[in-house]
Amino acid sequence: MTTTTAPSTAVIQRARISDISRTRRISTGVIEILVAVFIAFVFARTLQPDMFTKFVMTPGGITVGSMGDWVIRSQFTLYLLAALCVVIGAFQLIKGFGKFTNLMVGFVFLFLIFSFLTWQAAGKSLNLAGMLSSSVQLAVPITLGAFSGILCERAGVVNIAIEGMMLMSAMVGALMGSITDSAWLGLFFGVLSSVLLAALHAVLSIKYKIDQIISGTVINMFSAGMTAFLSQKFLQTRQELNNPAMFTRVEIPGLAEIPLLGPIFFNTNFFVYLMFALLIVIQVALFSTRWGLRMRSVGEHPKAADTLGINVIKTRYMAVLLGGLVAGLGGAFFTLGSVGRFDEGMTAGKGFIGLAAMIFGNYTPVGALGAGILFGFADSIGSKLSLLGSTIPSTLMSTAPYIITMIVLAGFVGKGHVPAADGVAYTKE
Amino acid sequence: MRKKDLEKKDLLKTVIEELNGGEPAKPKKKRAFWKVIQIPALAILTGLILGAILIAATSFTVYDAFKVGFFNGIGTAFAEVGKAYLGLLTGSLGNPVEIISALIYGDAQDVRNAINPILESLVQATPYIFAGLACALAFRAGLFNIGVEGQLFMGAAAATFVGYSLTGLPAIIHMPLAFLAGALGGALWGMVPGLLKATTGGNEVINCIMMNYIAYRVTTWLLTGPMTRPGTGGMPISPIIEKSAQIPQFFKTPIRFHLGFFIALAFAALVWWILFKTTWGLNLRMVGVNPRAAKYAGLNITQVTIIGMALSGALAGMAGGNEILAINRSMAIGLSAGYGFDSIALALLGNNHPVGVIFAALLFGVLKNGATKMMVVSGTPIDIVTILQAVILIFVAAPAIIRAIYRMRQPLKEETAAASFTLSGWGGGK
Repeated sequence: MTTTTAPSTAVIQRARISDISRTRRISTGVIEILVAVFIAFVFARTLQPDMFTKFVMTPGGITVGSMGDWVIRSQFTLYLLAALCVVIGAFQLIKGFGKFTNLMVGFVFLFLIFSFLTWQAAGKSLNLAGMLSSSVQLAVPITLGAFSGILCERAGVVNIAIEGMMLMSAMVGALMGSITDSAWLGLFFGVLSSVLLAALHAVLSIKYKIDQIISGTVINMFSAGMTAFLSQKFLQTRQELNNPAMFTRVEIPGLAEIPLLGPIFFNTNFFVYLMFALLIVIQVALFSTRWGLRMRSVGEHPKAADTLGINVIKTRYMAVLLGGLVAGLGGAFFTLGSVGRFDEGMTAGKGFIGLAAMIFGNYTPVGALGAGILFGFADSIGSKLSLLGSTIPSTLMSTAPYIITMIVLAGFVGKGHVPAADGVAYTKE
Repeated sequence: MRKKDLEKKDLLKTVIEELNGGEPAKPKKKRAFWKVIQIPALAILTGLILGAILIAATSFTVYDAFKVGFFNGIGTAFAEVGKAYLGLLTGSLGNPVEIISALIYGDAQDVRNAINPILESLVQATPYIFAGLACALAFRAGLFNIGVEGQLFMGAAAATFVGYSLTGLPAIIHMPLAFLAGALGGALWGMVPGLLKATTGGNEVINCIMMNYIAYRVTTWLLTGPMTRPGTGGMPISPIIEKSAQIPQFFKTPIRFHLGFFIALAFAALVWWILFKTTWGLNLRMVGVNPRAAKYAGLNITQVTIIGMALSGALAGMAGGNEILAINRSMAIGLSAGYGFDSIALALLGNNHPVGVIFAALLFGVLKNGATKMMVVSGTPIDIVTILQAVILIFVAAPAIIRAIYRMRQPLKEETAAASFTLSGWGGGK
């Protein structure tokens, strides 16, 4: 922004952090108004005024914490949402929301999604709670992948091998979970395999200073080949080796009875609880402990950190190994928490989307979780739409998370703070 | 003005010297050749050894034999590995006994059948040449084109569409047209990440990966919807392309050796010419080696980034189009067998040089073709090839490991990785 009118350096500093460029302010505002136009003219106009949308607010198969259905007037709701978007967009154009810009973009985006659902389900009923519940489930691997990325990249190591680590962990988890007939042991060995791959990534990129993207790509290749190889050798020939014990749904007494929130957050899979636990642990560890400060300093300015006596190499090794651990947990979710069976290539790019969630969430655990749930939601829209008999092909709808990611990367939601030494190998002098 | 020109020239000179390794004097030719070849050769050898260990370690036969006795187990392990690798060899290069006997009896058809495995390896190598060139060209411009897979899909879809929808054209027009459509499809798909990088700074790696996933879904939609073959009830397969669009195969079936192989070689020559004999190619390499210096030299980095990605995408699209027009003759879902990631390995193995890429592609073609036979004779899954490629790539990217294993002298000067581009952060915003 303009610094000419700023009275003191302190203000300039703050202006730099919270303000956004003029072009971005205007383009964001224009896009928000375009969204409003889209809602009004594409969605609302095609509906009859007397149509109702019914949202079911209890996920299927749940008995505790049920809630009545929610019926709204479709067209009226759509016009209301469009008006809200216009207001937000106009304010954005004229004054700008400053540091709340991204939040507002998020709201507009939410409105867009909600209008889309209202439009699609006009005259029918849609299980919104079921959709939210499955979004949280689908968010687990994405968010854990993002956490893994945060741990690595805050220390300055780019990790695109998360996908491969997850795939390996999923396969090993299924195999060992079947052999030992214990979900916990399956999880342990799955995570172990992922940590081993992380160790390989660490050695290649920290010790041998291979370009970190190449190292990550190699690990992804290796993992894709290895899991397919072992799966064909063992899992497909002997079905009993691909039938692991699974983590079942855990109901938290009391909290599970809260309507809507209870079934989604407190009567769910072990991995969902794990995700929230890790959120707190990583957030606190990174930003409130000496350990986290050291790690972040290694990612920002390794030379300065080294001068102050922090062991850069050791810190980075530790960060990558921890990243591998978290990625392994995310991978094990596929076989031990969700599907109960290993299929080749079953991670289907969730690791990469996790990276996108990390960037979207501005390298913070809270942001990553939000982005993860958003991507999970986009995923679950696709599957729900085909049930509603939508005219939009579900294959095309399922490209949404990828397109969102690209839009995010293009800077529509602003450039966050990227660790300064991200991706640069450190050579001690 | 003159001074500025002079500076620019000096900078160019420096960069050229840097590109040539900083020493214009030619070393002895033979030693130079060994120097170039030793790391890849040892990497392949080590990869094969590790693959052998994997085959032995995952074989139930070997475990059963170890129960009988230790030496029995060792013997069986060697037998299993031998069986697998012999299958790989005869599957990809033919059975020498058959070839010799066919040559002695001199029946043309027998000779063709006997050398068919070799020809089939060339057929398998063809898409690898295109895809490897795509990656190598991008690497030379400092771009990481991890989106070859998606570009290949879109190229194949475009070539298929032109191949079946236009009728009544003579082959001399229809075939090149379909082929170029493939290139165009790939180029457009590749240009998007290039554009995003040049205009918004968004890192091309993530964008390429996203474009891959979008391409899978778009082609799935195309093949089940607008481009589906009539009468299949929405099966994901396209109509068969017109005869006039087909790239000719030289011999009768089952020999699939086709003109496309030579087209690939021609494009390798073209890429070499562009990279090393044109000013634009020099600019591209300068941007790849040191974008900051290139910027000071007044080069248009935006243009190089966009056109570089588009050309790279075009080559990837040709890989897909060529497969459709010469081999498959119609498009189905399971078109690409991981060419995208393999292409990165090819480019690095071939040191981002078109000639190197051809040799790397031939190696991969041999491996892939042989793996099919290996699976039949020894039950080793084809995916072992992917593992071998990954392991080879690790060693090529980190020669220090190979030198440590074979007790070779480490070079005094710290060497840079094969692809010298740097990444810091993922971009986003300007």
